[in-house]
Amino acid sequence: MATLPDGTPLRGKLFIVEGIDGSGKSTQLDLLHKWLLSRGYLVAFTEWNSSPVVRQTTKRGKDRRLLSPASFCLLHAADLGDRIEHQILPALQAGAIVLADRYIYTAFARDVARGVNREWVRAVYRFAVRPTAAFYFRVPLEESLQRIVGGRPELKYYEAGLDLGLSGDPYQSFRLFQGLILEEYDRLVEEFGLMVIDATLPLVQQQAQVRKLVQSHVKGAQKVDHRPWRAVLAKEGLYGRYLDEFQTGGEEE
Amino acid sequence: MTRVLSYGHSLPGLKEKKLPGKLIVVEGTDTAGRSTQIALLREWLETNGYAATETGLRRSELAGTGIQKAKRGHTMGDVTMNLFYATDFADRLEKQIIPALRAGFVVLTDRYIYSMITRAQVRGVDPQWIRDILGFAIVPDLILYLKVDLENIIPRVVNSAGFDYWESGMDFLKGDDIYENYVRYQTAILNQFEALAEEYHFHSVDANRGVPEIFADLRDAIQTVVGDMHGHAGLSEAPVRRKAKPVLK
Repeated sequence: MATLPDGTPLRGKLFIVEGIDGSGKSTQLDLLHKWLLSRGYLVAFTEWNSSPVVRQTTKRGKDRRLLSPASFCLLHAADLGDRIEHQILPALQAGAIVLADRYIYTAFARDVARGVNREWVRAVYRFAVRPTAAFYFRVPLEESLQRIVGGRPELKYYEAGLDLGLSGDPYQSFRLFQGLILEEYDRLVEEFGLMVIDATLPLVQQQAQVRKLVQSHVKGAQKVDHRPWRAVLAKEGLYGRYLDEFQTGGEEE
Repeated sequence: MTRVLSYGHSLPGLKEKKLPGKLIVVEGTDTAGRSTQIALLREWLETNGYAATETGLRRSELAGTGIQKAKRGHTMGDVTMNLFYATDFADRLEKQIIPALRAGFVVLTDRYIYSMITRAQVRGVDPQWIRDILGFAIVPDLILYLKVDLENIIPRVVNSAGFDYWESGMDFLKGDDIYENYVRYQTAILNQFEALAEEYHFHSVDANRGVPEIFADLRDAIQTVVGDMHGHAGLSEAPVRRKAKPVLK
């Protein structure tokens, strides 16, 4: 059950995936998304830092390196605030299953690693809907460094934590910053009861664990017919050629 | 010297306990005359040998334009708006206000966290939440509150830019009568300011009077605050109302 901050239950379910870059959480969420759709559920997806109202400002802040730990924190909170008000909460009220790629725990881990006060960042995010369940894809530091640095040789300024002045070398800085983030995540597992998934296991095994837990929570979630024209195709012997076009055009987000 | 004291948790990385400048806030509702008075005060301070600068809501390099755009589209909910303004404030505090205080400036700010708090409270936002968020604000040396009655605001609004969508609470009040909503909204805002005046120790000035009378009161209040700056500003004697002496003898 997802609830409002004051404990009021919401009809829908909110599931979160968390973990550092390269932990494979987005892949797992995508697999979960497709599975829930195939089971006929009404599903909404949202990801970190994607509010149409706030995103441009965040981009400006990153491009021009204007962000401080405090403004970085508040801006990301504004982004989630907008998505909760316009996207997440209405979907939950409609009984949907909402899947979020990163949530408040990302802020709690990153902002505190940036030197923001632990209590303050929790107060800032007091407005956030309490999720049904949150998965933390845990991956050891060395493994994660290999995954990220291996796949993407160019590290970005804030991503590498260069704003912290931990080290002038982007890779060294990134290593130290990621280490701090992992420490915070471990603290969050305790504090918020995050469901830990060993992200070094085979993908299929991880997904099985995720589905098992999700399944125990989704009873009563809103269902919807994702292919309401199916009967027409069968009855009239149609192929649905133009529907495919229409669908791929409409699924863009 | 401004004692660096925050209402809550201080800004990450802010180590100084004292800053040589002075932070002076000018608060008041829509059309209370803040801009006019700040323009006069700034010039008066500079004429008397103080380095002065000013800032105001939505003027941050980071979030100013983003907020303007979002307001134009009327697309912000309460949570988003408060956090967006808090971002703007954090950026100005860190990039404009604190560096200026560090350099010994008198910083005049057109509104501060109190306007943000009144606006949030009138919209039913959790009063503790908004205070917690803005807790990193530095406690100013002086908070000048331009206290004005509703019946004096209305003619000024009509005479200037007209009724503003947000200053009329159109984003959350029922009905589309902007005059009616403006009256309701501003009444609520003025009541909130009254409550905050006590909580945060405002120096209230009767702003129902003419510009010269208000200015005189504000100037006198500022004088008591900047009086101890002479040594730090490199001035040896009281600079107030001193006529410029001819340089050549």
